Amino acid sequence: MIFGFPLLSVAIWLPIFFGVLVLATGHDRNAPIARMIALVGAVLGFLVTLPLYTGFDKMISAMQFEEMYVWIPHFNINYHLGIDGISVLFILLNSFFTPLVVLAGWKVIEKRVAQYMAAFLIMSGIVNGVFASLDAMLFYVFWEAMLIPMFLIIGVWGGANRVYAAVKFFLYTLLGSLLMLIAFIYLYRQSGVVLGTGSFSILDYHALPIPRVEQILIFIAFFMAFAVKVPMFPVHTWLPDAHVEAPTGGSVVLAAIMLKVGAYGFLRFSMPIAPDASHELAWVMITLSLIAVVYIGLVALMQSDMKKLVAYSSISHMGFVTLGFFIFNAYGIEGGLLQMISHGFVSGAMFLGIGVMYDRVHSRQIADYGGVAHKMPVFAAFFVLFAMANSGLPGTSGFVGEFLVIMGAVKVNFWYALLAATTLIFGAAYTLWMVKRVFFGAISNEHVAHLSDITLREKIIFSILAVCVLGMGVYPLPFGEMMHASVNNLIVHLGNSKL
Amino acid sequence: MSYFSTLAPAYAEIFLLVMACIILIVDLFVADRQKSATYLLVQLTLVGLALITVYTYQPGIAHLFKNMFVDDLMSDVLKMLSYISVSMILVYSRSYLLARGLFTGEFMVLTLFALLGMMVMISASHFLSMYIGLELMSLSLYAMVALQRDSAVATEAAMKYFILGALASGLLLYGMSMLYGATGTLDVNAVAAAIKHGVANPNLLVFGLVFVVAGLAFKLGAVPFHMWVPDVYQGAPTSVVMLIGSATKLAAFAFVMRLLVDGLQQLMIHWSGMLVILAVLSMAVGNISAIAQTNFKRMLAYSSIAHMGFFLLGVLSGGIDGYGASMFYIVIYALMSLGAFGMITMLSREGYEADTLDAFKGLNQRSPWLAFMMLLLMFSMAGVPPTAGFYAKFSVLEAIINTGHIEIAIIAVLFSLIGAYYYLRIVKLMYFDAPESHEPIRIQPDSGLLISFNGLAVLALGIMPGWLMTVCAMAVQKSLLLH
Repeated sequence: MIFGFPLLSVAIWLPIFFGVLVLATGHDRNAPIARMIALVGAVLGFLVTLPLYTGFDKMISAMQFEEMYVWIPHFNINYHLGIDGISVLFILLNSFFTPLVVLAGWKVIEKRVAQYMAAFLIMSGIVNGVFASLDAMLFYVFWEAMLIPMFLIIGVWGGANRVYAAVKFFLYTLLGSLLMLIAFIYLYRQSGVVLGTGSFSILDYHALPIPRVEQILIFIAFFMAFAVKVPMFPVHTWLPDAHVEAPTGGSVVLAAIMLKVGAYGFLRFSMPIAPDASHELAWVMITLSLIAVVYIGLVALMQSDMKKLVAYSSISHMGFVTLGFFIFNAYGIEGGLLQMISHGFVSGAMFLGIGVMYDRVHSRQIADYGGVAHKMPVFAAFFVLFAMANSGLPGTSGFVGEFLVIMGAVKVNFWYALLAATTLIFGAAYTLWMVKRVFFGAISNEHVAHLSDITLREKIIFSILAVCVLGMGVYPLPFGEMMHASVNNLIVHLGNSKL
Repeated sequence: MSYFSTLAPAYAEIFLLVMACIILIVDLFVADRQKSATYLLVQLTLVGLALITVYTYQPGIAHLFKNMFVDDLMSDVLKMLSYISVSMILVYSRSYLLARGLFTGEFMVLTLFALLGMMVMISASHFLSMYIGLELMSLSLYAMVALQRDSAVATEAAMKYFILGALASGLLLYGMSMLYGATGTLDVNAVAAAIKHGVANPNLLVFGLVFVVAGLAFKLGAVPFHMWVPDVYQGAPTSVVMLIGSATKLAAFAFVMRLLVDGLQQLMIHWSGMLVILAVLSMAVGNISAIAQTNFKRMLAYSSIAHMGFFLLGVLSGGIDGYGASMFYIVIYALMSLGAFGMITMLSREGYEADTLDAFKGLNQRSPWLAFMMLLLMFSMAGVPPTAGFYAKFSVLEAIINTGHIEIAIIAVLFSLIGAYYYLRIVKLMYFDAPESHEPIRIQPDSGLLISFNGLAVLALGIMPGWLMTVCAMAVQKSLLLH
């Protein structure tokens, strides 16, 4: 911890504090003030996370910036925070997106502005909490608390079918988390048997010996929680609904941040706590991942709704991430992590782009567009860049992770790699085909003919994201070097049986 | 003087009895328009009670009146919480009762007598005193449910409550008489000793136990003895339901502890099996039926059935962990249920009862603050962190998993998932839907402050639940004689 300053607590509670402050402005009369406070809070929230990057020791795999206070002594639950190479980048990614989301909703959100902005700020703090928790109960509290603002965001500011989507989202994720809660309580009991006193510390769980059958049950319980969030193939159906109905900011946060907590859960919980079960069930995970990559890729090809298309593309890309994790080598895991970061930038940018068009035309249907590039050349340039990144073009961030995962997969099994590599074809097909239909060709209708190009505010948002996408594609080292030590440590840990 | 000072553990009950009688008489001389005087007197009585309980606090367990009455940490904690809930109920219901012409001396005196019954139940360690406490509470409640004489629904509810309640009391008495026949004593601790030494006829004991458990299940409203709950909740004036739904549950908890744990701990293997069935059925019927309700009070009734099922899981897990968890659960439940019913009284006006789900439509547009408080209460009922309801569920689940019954824990979480749906629906109505009427909500400053306190308490206990858990665990540990 540098200067003994509780950086992680600040990263969690500062946005929440500003969220409450925004909420206090109340009525829509004060919307300009609410927007300003929200922006200040979001930017400050991002700035306070920067020392996490600069002060991070890349050489060690241990937890850094640790904070620990007794929280619920009755159950030996602690307020225990800390980050390693796996979690640090996600806190940065999350805090980075909050100001963009605030800016994206600047003009578009007109009703209940304060509540909208507050929901995003509070959510940003909670998500930082998810990534920084080293106590299972603390993690669980943040994990579930995340549902409340997202439920409201989809339900209040969403599209026509918002109520269905919001309730589906909530119940789907709640089911998974409740089983995870039971797994935690079981681990608490087991740690009481082994260590003498029950513990909710995640690091204690990593070292805890667990019999084979229990490991498999724990793995399944975690799988229910994390696979829903990722989302993996059979439990992915909430995502297209939630994405389509959510407001632009909601879609961005869902795609860029929320999907990452599930994959992060696999790395932090499932694999190190139940390594033997992970090895034993890896074939299931790999199969589901490959189904996501190939089948969902084909599904994306068929979509007529742009948001749905990007939503399915997200599921397909996340399949790549879980594939990388469960081939158990450094290429795979680091590739998966880089893919998560890149997907955050790219899908966030795609949803923001679709939001820009939706704000002007009020349609998400591909068929309602055509020839947008004639009227919005600057915007089209940006969007094509992000579309290229989405299809994994070398030189963009999308390429780095996919390439590493495929490299890792080749080492394990050639066929895994071959099937995974089809994403480069399908991804290019569905993304570029959409771009072609929306942006090129003749101007198709009245609405498109009246389009005006993006404003300065929107240009700023897209420029920042474009720099990230290109920067990460050309020079991924600053991202990769953060995680080497922790990933290597994880791989060593996974090599040791816990039976 | 010396005899009088030996009564110290019972000062609170004596004071309350005296005050209730005084208020009954004083009220005769208070004009109908100045019932606020009576109201203030009642609130002062409650403050006095709290002070007495604090000042007569002594560590350890004191028995009184030939072991009929016991004073220990658990009884002190539960009594304090009962005073607080009764006081909150009176604040919440003042304008509600005024608008319905029920703001009368009778209501307040009956409330005090019901409280006295609860206090006797909490401190009873003898079958006789238990029964007296229970009947004093129940009779007052029957009368209160029927207080709205001109309402057919209320009268029907009172009738059902009375008949089924009397049946339950009969069952309980019958069971107690068998336990008496088997052990030869009515003193709870002596019963426990007799069972332990094997002098009691085991068949007769188990037979008696069945009736006692059935009687308890009736009073708690656990399935399949729950039929009265929805009708009473729907029909009775909201202020009375608030009392039935919060404070009486605290007393019922003490009743269960004294009877099943202090008295019949040796028969745990029998009663825990019965409680499993009651608990699982309650969670199933409560949570599933609640989905179909359109009346908010009826929905809360089914929700209370489901909560009682969860509560029983803690009881049947046994040990300090289990009893502490169930006490924590019941305290949190009382707090949430006070808030939820309090919300009904605030949204109701003269001639309008806000007891349908539609009354919550668009509340966020009419009053964002009230909607936010209700949001906290509903998420807490559903057991979503960071609200207190989550820790209540968590500690019960921890206790049940500790006994090795993971399958029961999985059943419990699956039903609470179903439960989450109907609480979520309230949030949906408040936040996603447009209001049906734009009638401004007039909130009295005192009840407005109280609902804020109530909602924020649910959040604060969700962020800092540790101390209350410790208090509950200590209360149980220092008070129950775990043989």
